[in-house]
Amino acid sequence: MAEQLATGSRRALRPALPLLLPAYLWLTVAIFLPLSAMVFFSFMTDLPLAGKEWAFTLGNYAAFFSQSLYSKLLFASLRLGLEVTLWCVVIGYPAAYVLAKVLKGRSREAIFLLVILPFWSNGLVRIFSWAMVLREGGILDTTLNAVLPSKINIDLMYSYPAVIIGLVHSYVPYMVLTCYLTLQAIDDSLIEAGRSLGASRLQVLKRVIIPLSMPGLIAGAALIFVPVVGSFMEPRILGGRTGTFYGTVIEDQFVAVFNWPLGAALSFILLAVVLVILGLAAPVLRRAG
Amino acid sequence: MAGVQVANVSRSFGAHKALDDVSIDFPDGGFYALLGPSGSGKTTLLRQIAGFDFPDTGRIAIGGESVERVPVEKRRIGMVFQNYALFPNMSVADNVAFGLSVRGEPKGTIATEVQRALDLVQLGKLGGRRPHQLSGGQRQRVALARAIVTKPRVLLLDEPLGALDKALRVDMQIELKRIQREIGITTIFVTHDQEEALTMSDRIGILRDGRLVQEGPPEEIYDKPQSEFAATFLGDANIFRGDATGNGIRLPDGTTIAAGSGPSLAAGAKASCAVRPERIQISTGAGTSEAGYANTLRGQVSKRIFAGNNSTYFVDRDGQTLKVIVQNTGAERLAEGQEVILRWSPESTVLIAA
Repeated sequence: MAEQLATGSRRALRPALPLLLPAYLWLTVAIFLPLSAMVFFSFMTDLPLAGKEWAFTLGNYAAFFSQSLYSKLLFASLRLGLEVTLWCVVIGYPAAYVLAKVLKGRSREAIFLLVILPFWSNGLVRIFSWAMVLREGGILDTTLNAVLPSKINIDLMYSYPAVIIGLVHSYVPYMVLTCYLTLQAIDDSLIEAGRSLGASRLQVLKRVIIPLSMPGLIAGAALIFVPVVGSFMEPRILGGRTGTFYGTVIEDQFVAVFNWPLGAALSFILLAVVLVILGLAAPVLRRAG
Repeated sequence: MAGVQVANVSRSFGAHKALDDVSIDFPDGGFYALLGPSGSGKTTLLRQIAGFDFPDTGRIAIGGESVERVPVEKRRIGMVFQNYALFPNMSVADNVAFGLSVRGEPKGTIATEVQRALDLVQLGKLGGRRPHQLSGGQRQRVALARAIVTKPRVLLLDEPLGALDKALRVDMQIELKRIQREIGITTIFVTHDQEEALTMSDRIGILRDGRLVQEGPPEEIYDKPQSEFAATFLGDANIFRGDATGNGIRLPDGTTIAAGSGPSLAAGAKASCAVRPERIQISTGAGTSEAGYANTLRGQVSKRIFAGNNSTYFVDRDGQTLKVIVQNTGAERLAEGQEVILRWSPESTVLIAA
């Protein structure tokens, strides 16, 4: 039976190959080759450019373990990723719920557009806009002081909260979209059935809606956590001196120090750590669902 | 257990009047069918009784207690949905246990009650399955077990058999009726299937455009419809229209039809008569009719449909096509095109005010 299935799928594969080929070709050229080059770089002493001498070494990886700075920064980045993901859940899930279950027709379309709009603007522009809002004498400061009777000073610029705000704003649409898709697939009659059985709205949310929308929450969390851990733009611009994270260090190696081998090695360590975390978290989260 | 009283309930959605001054008394322990075409307001009424939606005006009471502003989770009702609405993330047993567990019943009690409910619907061994592993009929039973395990005061069924195929539907009708008798629960059943309403319920309420057209036991509605709509929606009926004569009507061509029951109408008022197709005797005229078959019409068979145990004749008469159903007793069958005489008794004829 199993053999039959195997030959069956193999037979089905052959006519599918021409269709699959462009995708795999693209993946090879766009992802596999550059990544392979980076793996190669990460084991070199120097870049083989301008006739410089180079040799193979494990030193770049050793550097991560010999200097506690890197692991400290990695830990800070993981914490940042976790915090941003949590905020995205807290903000994005209710928004997705309202979009999927409360709003109907036109108003749903309008709010949906507002959620997606940040996606269509340039990331850098978005971050600098936040800088204008958050700095002393900026939009937030001015507005609050215009409203409040007593004078307060609000200068969130170059702080950890500013980094969080910028990142949450950039990534919350992912959570809204993934959760929206799973929430929308939940039949309203399930909610009604729960309530007809005597469950309060909160009990229905806890025991029916959240478990059923867990795939969306997990997908959203993975989509947010991974890039946030490696993020460098928001920490650098909004965080200033406090915004030194693992991602900014990697960026420095490529852009400022030109130590590509170390940057590559640090990147692959990050990749490995993130994969391990996702691997460990997946079964736990799936069981919770 | 408790009866349900709906009094003068109205509900509008925008300009659309979904329910217009509906009053029904659902007897304690009875099986009541709300019957009507789609858009008649029957589901809206069920949702008012359930508490998913509140009436604009009017009163709803369960067991004598006013509930029209009580939310659904506090009404102690059980509901079975058209698509079953089983929780896909839970096992069958957990689905059935849901109502008891949100109430905080002890685990031991829950397990016993769930098993008893599953046994009642004859699914005692399938508690560990997931809903997607069950057939349509089994899901239906789980939905029913889940709705009754909490010992609700009323059981509400929203077209519960609509998604099942014909044979299974008949099985489930019998099964549903058996379970309802066994626990003696007041049951309100929404359907657009007149046969289902006739075979299952103690009482039927016919709704149309948000209004209650007629209500009563199935036999009464079938035998004594009070409107053309009730006559044709519940079962088949031949409708004659004319002017009231005092004990029947006079057709435009002068023929009179005597009616054995119906309201007393002033002579000359517009009125109709309804006759069930199976009450009409059809013959070639050669034979003599039984005594008492006072209503007589001549016509011509335009079509015959043979259905095994009976035949349906379509008889053309003065621009109208009448329907006659004849049991297959082995008697000679009539051919299409044949001239025939139709006879029926005034007792089989109901006078209806226009």
